[in-house]
Amino acid sequence: MSEKKALRDAYGKTLLALGKENEKIVALDADLSGSTRSNWFAETFPHRFFNAGVAEADMIGTAVGLSTVGFIPFASTFAVFGTGRCYDQIRQSVCLSEANVKIVVTHAGVTVGEDGGSHQMLEDLSLMRGLPHMRVIVPCDYAETVAAVRFVAGAEGPFFVRLSREKFPVLYPDDACPFVFGKAHTVRQGKDVGIAACGLMVHHALEAAEALAKEGIEAEVLNVSTLKPLDEDAIEALARKTGAVLTAEEHSVYGGLGSSVCETLAERFPVPVHRVGVKEAFGFSGKPGELLKHFRLDAVSIAEAAKALLERKVR
Amino acid sequence: MDPEIRRLKQIAYAIRKDILVMTHAAQSGHPGGSLSAIDLMTCLYFHEMALDPKNPNWEGRDRFILSKGHASPALYGVLARVGYFPHEEILTFRKFNSRLQGHPECKFLPGVEISTGSLGQGLSVAHGMALGLKLAGSPQRVYCMVGDGELQEGQTWEAIMAAGHRKTDNLCAILDHNHLQIDGIVEEIKNEEPVPEKFEAFGWAVHHIDGHDYDAILTALEAARNTKGQPTFIVAETVKGKGVSFMENNVDFHGKAANDEELKIGLAELDLALAQLGGEA
Repeated sequence: MSEKKALRDAYGKTLLALGKENEKIVALDADLSGSTRSNWFAETFPHRFFNAGVAEADMIGTAVGLSTVGFIPFASTFAVFGTGRCYDQIRQSVCLSEANVKIVVTHAGVTVGEDGGSHQMLEDLSLMRGLPHMRVIVPCDYAETVAAVRFVAGAEGPFFVRLSREKFPVLYPDDACPFVFGKAHTVRQGKDVGIAACGLMVHHALEAAEALAKEGIEAEVLNVSTLKPLDEDAIEALARKTGAVLTAEEHSVYGGLGSSVCETLAERFPVPVHRVGVKEAFGFSGKPGELLKHFRLDAVSIAEAAKALLERKVR
Repeated sequence: MDPEIRRLKQIAYAIRKDILVMTHAAQSGHPGGSLSAIDLMTCLYFHEMALDPKNPNWEGRDRFILSKGHASPALYGVLARVGYFPHEEILTFRKFNSRLQGHPECKFLPGVEISTGSLGQGLSVAHGMALGLKLAGSPQRVYCMVGDGELQEGQTWEAIMAAGHRKTDNLCAILDHNHLQIDGIVEEIKNEEPVPEKFEAFGWAVHHIDGHDYDAILTALEAARNTKGQPTFIVAETVKGKGVSFMENNVDFHGKAANDEELKIGLAELDLALAQLGGEA
């Protein structure tokens, strides 16, 4: 396995750098600044950092207020608290007002591990994707996180960026990340089956593709780092090229990437689809690797699912 | 009567008529909690706050957030009379294609600072605004109107704790304490008392006043402006439906408009009150 780096470190460093470049950048957290890395900003700019304490709803409202007087607030906490505890605040105070608020969450998905089901957020993408005016980004590595955070700082309106606790393999060079907001990026070419993935699953999809190649199956892998607005042209092109599309996300199969891809393909170019994700379940305590295997989110499971999908492909 | 207070009362009674007229035209909306808040809001918009209605985004303006967004008729009445939009537009309230949404929306109407309607959120936003103004070195102040039913929302207390902790002294919250919520009497549904003592315990400067007494309102607002190191909460004892006899303390008019007959009676009462004040300002 290649070098690994934590996406939340990328966030903390980039937020700090942005703070040095632009005095309008402010940050908020809800008592998890050490974990989200927003404390790096706080240490340098204490007067521009607002710790709401354990009060996510108030944090979001305060961020909205700061945005109305020209500041660019980044509000951070864990994915589970930054969406579920303040969904209505994000709906009413952020999105209905189209406030210039950036919500960057960490600790998404089952890879939170030992903390168990209460902390393993698997429904956040579904919640955020349904909100008018909310844009949703799920970076897959360190460099893409840097690029995404820099992008949202400069773009007007609400954004949701989803990060994880675990270190992810490095896919893109620091100085040559191809991230373009709203565009998916093909990270592997193949003609037999298409895999649309986001976040950690991009790496598992690539690993699965290597295994499949040894069996003569060429998988194309698409990094769908912008979940909303979805790059529908890229999804359609993937379906046209491969004739079968597998989606992979560390999230519920309801309302996230799998749902998005199905919606697009049902309307534009129906092909057999299989959704890799968590089905009708909460997580539970364990090591990230054990949980990924249990929920069939690991590379071996993805390769198996891809082969099963190929059986359904119209030839 | 002090001429300034006479002027303010005349405006407030004219806006009371607007509230009846626009909710009657819409045959929906919330007259009760609009009438209880209107004396306080009139004092803010026509006496206390720095504003430029011709330039709604003027940086030097004071900010007002109607956290109890269902009192939108009061806000629209004030904004129309102070000059943010043409007065006749109040008749479009709650109708298709109107800028006067059922609950205030900033993307529809200039002068609305932030969209509200889901209770409990406005004070957090107001506090963020106040913090932002301080951070920007601006002397402007932020006012937030909160309802007493709304105090049952936990987020309100998060914001009360936060502003007390941060000593955000450019923030002034006002409680429209009319003691009625949709399902009945606040004290019976979920008692909040003693409210002033609770705000004090959270570090706020508290003024407990009659929310229809203009001397008391103006004095409290002036005290708030001069208070350093603490946010101010004005706990204003009010009467739901104030100024219209059959709406006063009548929870039925929380979210119900007057019918044709009631409108006639209500307007006649308000015209009489206006005549006693020497007519509209």
